[in-house]
Amino acid sequence: MNFLSINSLFPNLALEVQLQLCILLPLLAIPGIIATRRSPNIRDAISLCTSLLVLSLVFSLYLALDRGEIIAAHWWQILPGLDIKFSLEPLGMIFALIASFLWFVTTLYAMGYMRGHNEENQTRFFCCFAVAISCVMGVAFAGNLLTLFIFYEVLTLSTYPLVTHAGTEKAKQGGRVYLGILLSTSIVFFLFAIIFTWVIAGTLDFTPGGVFGETEDTIILSVILVLFIFGIGKAAIMPFHRWLPAAMVAPTPVSALLHAVAVVKAGVFTVLKVCVFIFGIDLLEELASTQALLYLAGATVLLASLIAMRQDNLKARLAYSTVGQLGYVTIGALLASSLGVIGGSMHIAMHAFGKITLFFCAGAILVAAHKSKVSEMSGLGRQMPITMAAFFIASLSIIGVPPAGGTWSKWYLLLGSMDAQQWSIMIILLLSSLLNIAYLLPIPIKAFFSDDKQSSSHAGMKEAPLPCLIAISISTLGCLLLFVFPEPLHELAMSILDQPLNDNSLEHNSLGQITNGE
Amino acid sequence: MILGLYNYWIVVVLMMIGLYIIIAHGNLIKKIVGLNIFQTSVFIFYISIGNVEGGTAPIWGEGITLYSNPLPHVLILTAIVVGIATTALGLALAVRLKEAYGSIEEDDIQAMDDQKTDNKHC
Amino acid sequence: MLAHLPILQVIVPLLAAPTCLILRKPSLVWLFTLLASASAFVISILLLQQVMAEGTLIYELGGWSAPWGIEYRIDKLNAFLALIISGVSTVVLLAAHTSLEKEIPQDRQTLFYILYLLSLTGMLGIVTTGDAFNVFVFLEISSLSAYALIALGKDRRALWASFQYLIMGTIGATFILIGIGLMYQMTGTLNMADLASRLPEVPQSRTLFTAYAFFIVGVCLKLALFPLHLWLPNAYAYAPSIVTAFFAATSTKVAIYLLIRFTFSVFGVEFSFSVLPLETLFLALGLLGIFVASTTAIYQNNVKHVFAYSSVAQIGYMIVGFSMATSAGLTATLLHLFNHALMKSALFLALGAVVYRIGSAELNDFRGLGRQMPLTMTAIVIGGLSLIGIPLTVGFVSKWVLVVAAIENGWWPVAALILLGSLLAVVYVWRIVETAYFKTPEPGRKPVKEAPITFLAPVWILVSANIYFGIDTRLSVEVAQAAAESLFGVSP
Repeated sequence: MNFLSINSLFPNLALEVQLQLCILLPLLAIPGIIATRRSPNIRDAISLCTSLLVLSLVFSLYLALDRGEIIAAHWWQILPGLDIKFSLEPLGMIFALIASFLWFVTTLYAMGYMRGHNEENQTRFFCCFAVAISCVMGVAFAGNLLTLFIFYEVLTLSTYPLVTHAGTEKAKQGGRVYLGILLSTSIVFFLFAIIFTWVIAGTLDFTPGGVFGETEDTIILSVILVLFIFGIGKAAIMPFHRWLPAAMVAPTPVSALLHAVAVVKAGVFTVLKVCVFIFGIDLLEELASTQALLYLAGATVLLASLIAMRQDNLKARLAYSTVGQLGYVTIGALLASSLGVIGGSMHIAMHAFGKITLFFCAGAILVAAHKSKVSEMSGLGRQMPITMAAFFIASLSIIGVPPAGGTWSKWYLLLGSMDAQQWSIMIILLLSSLLNIAYLLPIPIKAFFSDDKQSSSHAGMKEAPLPCLIAISISTLGCLLLFVFPEPLHELAMSILDQPLNDNSLEHNSLGQITNGE
Repeated sequence: MILGLYNYWIVVVLMMIGLYIIIAHGNLIKKIVGLNIFQTSVFIFYISIGNVEGGTAPIWGEGITLYSNPLPHVLILTAIVVGIATTALGLALAVRLKEAYGSIEEDDIQAMDDQKTDNKHC
Repeated sequence: MLAHLPILQVIVPLLAAPTCLILRKPSLVWLFTLLASASAFVISILLLQQVMAEGTLIYELGGWSAPWGIEYRIDKLNAFLALIISGVSTVVLLAAHTSLEKEIPQDRQTLFYILYLLSLTGMLGIVTTGDAFNVFVFLEISSLSAYALIALGKDRRALWASFQYLIMGTIGATFILIGIGLMYQMTGTLNMADLASRLPEVPQSRTLFTAYAFFIVGVCLKLALFPLHLWLPNAYAYAPSIVTAFFAATSTKVAIYLLIRFTFSVFGVEFSFSVLPLETLFLALGLLGIFVASTTAIYQNNVKHVFAYSSVAQIGYMIVGFSMATSAGLTATLLHLFNHALMKSALFLALGAVVYRIGSAELNDFRGLGRQMPLTMTAIVIGGLSLIGIPLTVGFVSKWVLVVAAIENGWWPVAALILLGSLLAVVYVWRIVETAYFKTPEPGRKPVKEAPITFLAPVWILVSANIYFGIDTRLSVEVAQAAAESLFGVSP
C-alpha cells in the first residue's frame, strides 16, 4: 500500500530510535504537564502535541514495516537470558496504530469533557494517562513475554489512579475490584504461566510457530494454556470479567480510551500474541484444553450480551458489551485457524473505533444532558442529533453490519469458525449479533423516533461541547472508513502469520543498531 | 553405664528445671533466675566433658603429666561473662518495667497493655 | 593494610564504640558513628572485590595458625553479607540524628550510638569469623546490644518486648552453645573448616544429630522461623525507628547466614538433610510462615506491626528456598536476603519519617497522609509494590528466581503457593495505600509537613536501590549464584 509516496516521515531518525521514542515520549511529556498545571490551555496543548508526535512516529514505523524493514530494540538484561527487548511485527503494529490514533482523539475529547464536567485533579489525570499510553506502546512493541508482562503490570498500576479518580467511596470500591482481580490473575496465573514457559522452553521470545519444541508433553502445555487464558485478566474472560463493570466508576474519557481501547485491547492482544507466537497455531489444535477454553470464550460472549441487555445504566451496558466483544478476539485466537487470527486482529481495530465512539457519546450525554440511564434517553435525538447519529453508526459496527467496519472482522471470524469446523462457535457468533442488536439499537432509535413524554423534558439541552463533538466525529468517520478501506488493516492482519520475527543472522547491539554479529 | 554418665543427668535435670521456671513463672525475677539455671547447666556440661580421667586441674605444676582439658574452661569463662551481662540487662529491664507498670508480674503487665489497647479503641 | 581487612571489618566499629564516650555532643557522636559505619562499608566493598578476584581469604588472628588459633575466613557468602549489613547500617544512620531528636532523650543519645556500633560489630563478627565459639561470642554481643537498643523505645511496651526478646534470644543462643559444645566434644576442634573435615569421620551419629538439632533450633529462634517468631513483631514495632530499620534488614539475615554456613560448610548437605527431615520440615514451616504471618499482617492496626509480620513472611520465603537443597534454591534465598534488606530498610525508615512527623505509626493516623507527605508515602508505596513483587522492583526478581527454582525442582504446588502469598501482600499493602490516599485526615488534626531531607535522602537512596537492583541484577544475582555454587562444591 503506497498511497503515500514518502518513504519515511523522520528520515534522520533511525528506526530503532523511533520505536523507543514511541514508548518514552509520553513519559517525557509528564514534567511538562506538571510544570504547566496552572495554565490548563498550555498543559492540554502539551498533551495534544505529544500524542500527535507519537502518532506520526507510529505511522512512520508502519511505513517502514510495510517496506519490509526489521525494527527492533534492546534495553537491558534483567536476569541471565531474560532481557527487556522490543521488536515490531504486524499485530503489534495494528495495536500501536489504533492506540496512538485514539489517544490523540481521546485527548481532544478529554479536554472538552473534563472542563465541561468541572473535574478536579486534571493534571494528575493527564499524567497518569501519559504513563498508561507509554505502557500500551510497551506492550505493543514487546519482543518477549517478560517485557510484555512488565508493561502489562505497570499498566494496571498506572490506570488505578485513573479509575479511582473521583476519590469517593464508590470509586475506592471500584478500584479495589479492579486492582484485586487484575493483580490476582496476573500474579497467580499469568506470571506462573510465564515462568513455567521459561523453564520448559528456555526462552520467552515471541517466535512464529511457537517456542515449544515438538517433544513437549501436551498435558503440561494444556495446563499452561489454561493458566495463560485465566491469567490475562485484561481479556475479561469469565469469571474474571468483573473488573470491567467495576471500572466504569472512572470518568468517561478513562472508560473510553482505557477500557474500550487500551487496557482491554492489551489483554486480547496478549492472548493473540501468546496463541500465535508462544504456542503457535498448529500446537493449539493439538492441546486438550483449547476446545474447553473456546467454549468458555463463547459462553462469555453470550452471557455478557445477555447481562448487557438488562443494564439500564448506559456505561454498565457498554461495559458488558465490551466483555462480550473481547470474547470474539479470544475466540479468534483459540480457533487455531489463520482466518480466526485475521478476524481477531481486525476486530481489535474495529471494536476499538466502535466502542470508543459509544463511550464518547455516553460521556457527551452525561455532560450535556446529565443522563446516565438508557430509560431516560428517549427523544434525546432532537437535542443531540450528531451524538445520537454517531451512536447509531458505532452500534452498527459492534453488531457487525454494513456500512460499518465491524462487518469485516465478524466476517473473518465466521470464516475462521467454519474453517475450524467449530459449528457451535459459529452459531454463538451469529446469536450474539442478534443480542447486540437487542441491546444497542433501541437506544438511538428511541432517541430519534420516540414520542414519549420525556422528549419535552429534554428541551433546553444542547449538544455536547465542541471538542467532544470533534472527537466523536473523527471516531465515527473511522468506523465508516474502515468499512470502505479495510485493505491496509487486512494486509497487516494477514502478514502476522508469515512474518519472520527475529532475524537471528543479524545481531543487535545495545543501541538497537544492527552489527555483524560481534 | 547410666551411673557413669551422672554428669549428663545433672545437666539435663538442671536444663529442664531452668526451662520450666522460665515458662511456668510469670514473675520477671524468677524468669531471670530460671534463665541463669538453664545457662549454668550448659556451663556444667562443657566443663564436665573437659575432664580427663586421672587428670588434675589444668594449672601448670611441677611433675604433673596429665591435665584436664583447659579449653572448655576458657570457653565457659567467656560464657559466664556473657551470662552475667545478660542477667544484668534482664534485671535492669525488670527495674524499668517496675517503674513503668508498677509490677513485675507478666500477667499484670499483659493486662495493663491489653487495657490500654482497648481504651484506645473506645 | 589490605591484608588486615578481615579483622579491620570488625575492629573498626568495635573500637569506635567506646570512643564515642569521649565525644560529648550527640551530633558529634552521630557523625563519628556515621564515619565508623561508612568505613566498615568501604572495607566490605574492598573485601568483596578481593574475594571475587582471588577466592576465599583466610586471616589468622594474632598469627596463631588454625585450628588452635582463631581464623577469619571470608568467602563470597560472607563478603556479600558484610556488604549488606554495613551498607544498610550506613544509609540508615544518615537519618539517625533527626529521628533520635523525637524518640530518645538527649542524655541517652550517646549511649544509643555506642550500642548501635556494638550491635554492628557483633553482626559483622558473626559473618566474618571462621571459629564456632567466636560465632557465639559475637552473637551474644550483637544480641545484648539489640535488647538494650529495643528497650530505648519511647513506648513502655518496648521494655516488655525487649524482655521477651531477651528471654527467647538467650534460650536460642544457649541452644547454639550446646550445639557447639557437642560438636567440640565429638571432634575436639572449634574451627569451622576443621570441623567440616573431621565431622564425617566421627562414628557416633546420635550425638551429631543432637548437636545439629540443638544448633538448628537455636538458629531458627534467632531467625524468627514460624512458630519461633513470637518475639519479632513487638520488638520491631516498639523499638526506635532507626533500630527497626537496621534490624529488620540485618539481624535475621545473620541468623540465616549461620543456618546456611553450618548446614552446608560444616555439617555438609547430605548429612544435614538426611539426619533431620529438613526438606519437609523447613518447607512446611516456611510456607506456614508465609501464610500465617501475611494473614496476621492484614489485621494489624499499627503499620509497624504490619511490616514486622511481613518480615516473618519474607523469612518464610527464604527458608522455602533453603529447603530445596539445590543450588538454584539457595541462590534464590541469598538473593532474597539482599533484596529484602533493601525493601524493609526503606519501608521502616520511611515509617520512621512518618513517626517523626506525626508521632505515631497507627494506621488510623495515616489518613490523608498521601497528600501531606507525598514523597514519603510514594516511598512506602514503592516498597510495598516491591513486597508484592511487581516487575521492575527487587521483589519481582526474588520471586522469579524462587519460583523458577521451585519448578525446576519439580515442586509445582509450592510455586503456586509462593505466588498466592503475594496476593496476601497486596491486601495488607493496599490497606495502607487506601488509608493514606482515600481517607481525609481527622478534623482538628494539625496539618503535617513533608519529612525533612535528612530522612528523605536515605529513604530515597534505598528506594532507588530497590528499583535499580530490580533492573540491573548483575551484582546481586552473580554474587548470590557464585556463593551458592561454591557452597555446594565445598560440601564434604
